Amino acid sequence: MSKILVVTSGKGGVGKTTTSAAIGTGLALRGHRTVIVDFDVGLRNLDLIMGCERRVVYDFVNVINGDATLNQALIKDKRLENLYILAASQTRDKDALTQEGVEKVLTELAEQFEYVICDSPAGIEKGAHLAMYLADAAIVVTNPEVSSVRDSDRMLGLLSSKSKRAEEGREPITEHLLLTRYSPERVERGEMLSVEDVEEILSIQMIGVIPESQAVLKASNQGVPVILDEDSDAGQAYSDAVERLLGKDVPHRFLDVPKKGFLKRMFGGKE
Amino acid sequence: MNQVNNLEQAPVFQLKGSMLALTILELTTIDLEHLDIQLADKVEQAPQFFQDAPIILAIDKCAENDNPLDLQRLLSICRKHGMLPLALRAVSPEHIQAAKALDLAVIPPTGARERPVALHPKDTVVPPPAAEPSYIPAKIITHPIRSGQQIYAKGTDLIVMAAVSAGAELLADGHIHVYGPLRGRALAGINGNTEARIFCQYMGAEMLSIAGHYKVAEDLRRDPLWGKATQICLVKEQLELSAL
Repeated sequence: MSKILVVTSGKGGVGKTTTSAAIGTGLALRGHRTVIVDFDVGLRNLDLIMGCERRVVYDFVNVINGDATLNQALIKDKRLENLYILAASQTRDKDALTQEGVEKVLTELAEQFEYVICDSPAGIEKGAHLAMYLADAAIVVTNPEVSSVRDSDRMLGLLSSKSKRAEEGREPITEHLLLTRYSPERVERGEMLSVEDVEEILSIQMIGVIPESQAVLKASNQGVPVILDEDSDAGQAYSDAVERLLGKDVPHRFLDVPKKGFLKRMFGGKE
Repeated sequence: MNQVNNLEQAPVFQLKGSMLALTILELTTIDLEHLDIQLADKVEQAPQFFQDAPIILAIDKCAENDNPLDLQRLLSICRKHGMLPLALRAVSPEHIQAAKALDLAVIPPTGARERPVALHPKDTVVPPPAAEPSYIPAKIITHPIRSGQQIYAKGTDLIVMAAVSAGAELLADGHIHVYGPLRGRALAGINGNTEARIFCQYMGAEMLSIAGHYKVAEDLRRDPLWGKATQICLVKEQLELSAL
């Protein structure tokens, strides 16, 4: 039984593509056949973060228009056997996506893959709507700041009213919340919303809290999903999130300010 | 795929309300012979104006003991002079019956003010006893109401069992009850019901309004009841907040 998972947020720049890459890679690492689809037509980024930008020949829009078959357009990840990427078109815009086209491609992908991850564009317009329309589950990515939380709230409302599941009156989309760029130090200083604040405002289950980390920027510049950087806190936090997505009960980490040892206090030192 | 076709199919019609200026041909008495002659005169003065002009026939101003009406003939007179009757404005049951038999639309007479005062007691129509207001069950919402969503309980109360986010809007003709945190807007008695109230477990609203009298978060925030269980009602055109 395959599952269509949309990674969405409403607001831009909160880490949707980083999350799509990390979660997709994490699922593939655990042996699930996974494809990540970039819905951000015109602002193609997923291929860069996945490090396959030099191998993009055909894209999502080509498949929808029938210029290429799905198998021609799917890019196989070099690191993991179970992982594929369907890139977005950089030369077109969101109007190139049609509801029938998207439905056809996603249905075909769902036959081949266990997990279809849809990396949604920002906003609540056509691109974002099509990315979430067929989803079975959603990961709503939020930063711990009020505008991002409000946009996520709006997105959650759309997920429960504008999806195919909602229109057909089926069981609603399973909603997960992922908090990124979390900094316990700043929460302690009262500069940032805490996990509890965000959970309370949005009243949905938190699937993961990703700490603000140097590793994320480094990973995306190198084209390696951050989850593969097993030494980094962000990578480990994403691994935990994948475990929770698969139904395991894993305690949250990195929520508190790390206590500095005597030597660290003496010599400072950054992680 | 059928589902997709249904969704993709653009709607082929839309309903619109519109106000049109129409000429009303109002008869003072039912005298078709003279009508024919007088109409011919009128049309001669401005033939363009009457050419294919849609009109409403009005015979509701004719006296009750007037000549009997030959509607068929009246219509043919109008058409002869180039007018196109669309509907009949009438009050008497025979006239309405005749119009229905000819598939002509019937419209009620204009506002009561224009109607002549009934002279005979038998003319006074006894209004039917006002229908007892039938019971409309309150609208109950159990899922969170998110930013950008709007819920309207028409003609009744609204009960929300979950959180109402900032940017969400609750509207009700009656009372509003919120059992989760209320962070959005709540507007009770929007049809002018000044007796409507708002009850909430956690008052953190962006705006509260009863029958159009409102307070925004700027003022609410300073209230000691901010964040507490609160009842809001209207007293002397002022919103009054009290602890629950």
